[in-house]
Amino acid sequence: MARYFTDEHEWIDLEGDTATVGITDFAQGQLGDIVFVELPEVGTMVEKGKDAAVVESVKAASDVYAPLSGEVVEVNDSLEDDPALVNSSPEEDGWFFKMTVSDKSEMEGLMDDKAYKSFCDGL
Amino acid sequence: MSEENETTVEVQTLPLDAWHRRKGARMVPFAGYEMPIQYEGIVVEHNWTREQAGLFDVSHMGQLMVTGEKAAEELEKLLPGAIASLKPGRTRYSLLMAEDGGILDDLMVTNATPWIEADEEAGTEGHWGEPAYYLVVNGAMKWDDIAHLREHLDDDVTLTHMDEYALLALQGPNAATALNRVMRNVIDDMIFMDSVTHDFGEWPLRITRSGYTGEDGFEISIPAEHAESLCNRLCAEIEVRPIGLGARDSLRLEAGLPLYGHDITEETDPVSADLLFALTKKRREEGGWMGHEAVAKVLAEGPAQKRVGLDIEGRMPAREGALVYSGDTQVGRVTSGGFSPTLQRPIAMAYIDTALTEEGTELEVEVRKKRLPAKVTQMPFVPNRYYRGK
Repeated sequence: MARYFTDEHEWIDLEGDTATVGITDFAQGQLGDIVFVELPEVGTMVEKGKDAAVVESVKAASDVYAPLSGEVVEVNDSLEDDPALVNSSPEEDGWFFKMTVSDKSEMEGLMDDKAYKSFCDGL
Repeated sequence: MSEENETTVEVQTLPLDAWHRRKGARMVPFAGYEMPIQYEGIVVEHNWTREQAGLFDVSHMGQLMVTGEKAAEELEKLLPGAIASLKPGRTRYSLLMAEDGGILDDLMVTNATPWIEADEEAGTEGHWGEPAYYLVVNGAMKWDDIAHLREHLDDDVTLTHMDEYALLALQGPNAATALNRVMRNVIDDMIFMDSVTHDFGEWPLRITRSGYTGEDGFEISIPAEHAESLCNRLCAEIEVRPIGLGARDSLRLEAGLPLYGHDITEETDPVSADLLFALTKKRREEGGWMGHEAVAKVLAEGPAQKRVGLDIEGRMPAREGALVYSGDTQVGRVTSGGFSPTLQRPIAMAYIDTALTEEGTELEVEVRKKRLPAKVTQMPFVPNRYYRGK
């Protein structure tokens, strides 16, 4: 399984044709205490670069964009009761949704672990 | 991820800038200054202030001194509150009013008239010195306020911008304990809205028992060059931690306190804003202050909308700008809202059509095309704990 990152601070685990999406530790640190996560409904078609979810911290609401195009097949229900999972375990238990990947060429331009780290260091 | 960035021109730094950075603050532009939004995290800081004591740097706010024999009567031409009857050492919340009844700013006024001790050699009795009023105004509005005051105050009255002073706020149930320990019982007999001057060693302080969190607490004005030392002295106490602007906002929202530029503006009048307590009854009737005619009209006819609190169902916060509905009809708008760390649910302030402002009225707030059930509620959302004496 390979993990990729976007410059919008989302991570993507690709397993076959299914991607698990969440926000990075860097992103949750920037947002601060997360109090609500609005997830897409299962079956929603999302488009790369378009709104897919909203994460609300105490101070503001922020959009989470779909890192790839495809269909949402599963969402992380535990975020409903415990949105703070995104703070405590952003890159494991605090995942947002799983989606099919309709066009693998969209993976081009995503960063690997090392590239993402140096991207964050440069911010 | 995306977040709206505030654009600001020429962001300045405040006296405690380096201190905040050393304390690990995340700095953001606010009211034209680099300000600490948070240190450890907004929720932790919020809860700490509700349980212990939080130290806030509010040096961006404008500290003004108005002096002169006619200072009180001159201020009464611009403020709807009773200033002439405000006793030395007492503080009052007031409003700077526009001619059309709009609110130019909200502020605290303290009668800072000094007591002059008896002088046996000169043969003088103890007496009150030249009348002086200490004003604390909003940071983002201070330049406009100063221009407004200079334009309208009589020439016999002197307006001084105390821009070489920092302003700290120590807020929370243990604020008095901590401050008393540091300053040897200086604030022992002060109650809410009392204000004293105090020489702490060689530092001339003004300490006012007030704040913007709903908790007991103090605002301390201090020459800027000593602010860092005082912060270190206070933060050495076990009850005290530095708190950022993020928690300041969530605390004041829970306390039902309006934020200028959001919940009150030039477009809102004191009646609609539910700030009638700032208009002394007698002055409300007699007038003699800028904006009285317009406000009297709203008072007589009743306001079209009123500022109320909303309890929102679920966990999704409704923020400033969210529209409020009763059935299909839009009946209001949220002016500030967020997730309450104390109550663990979303709360908001909104302007609602007056007919629908009764407590318990069921409404809906629209957030991202979803309708959230909301109920009109009394403010404060979290009971205030001002110290009004034993």
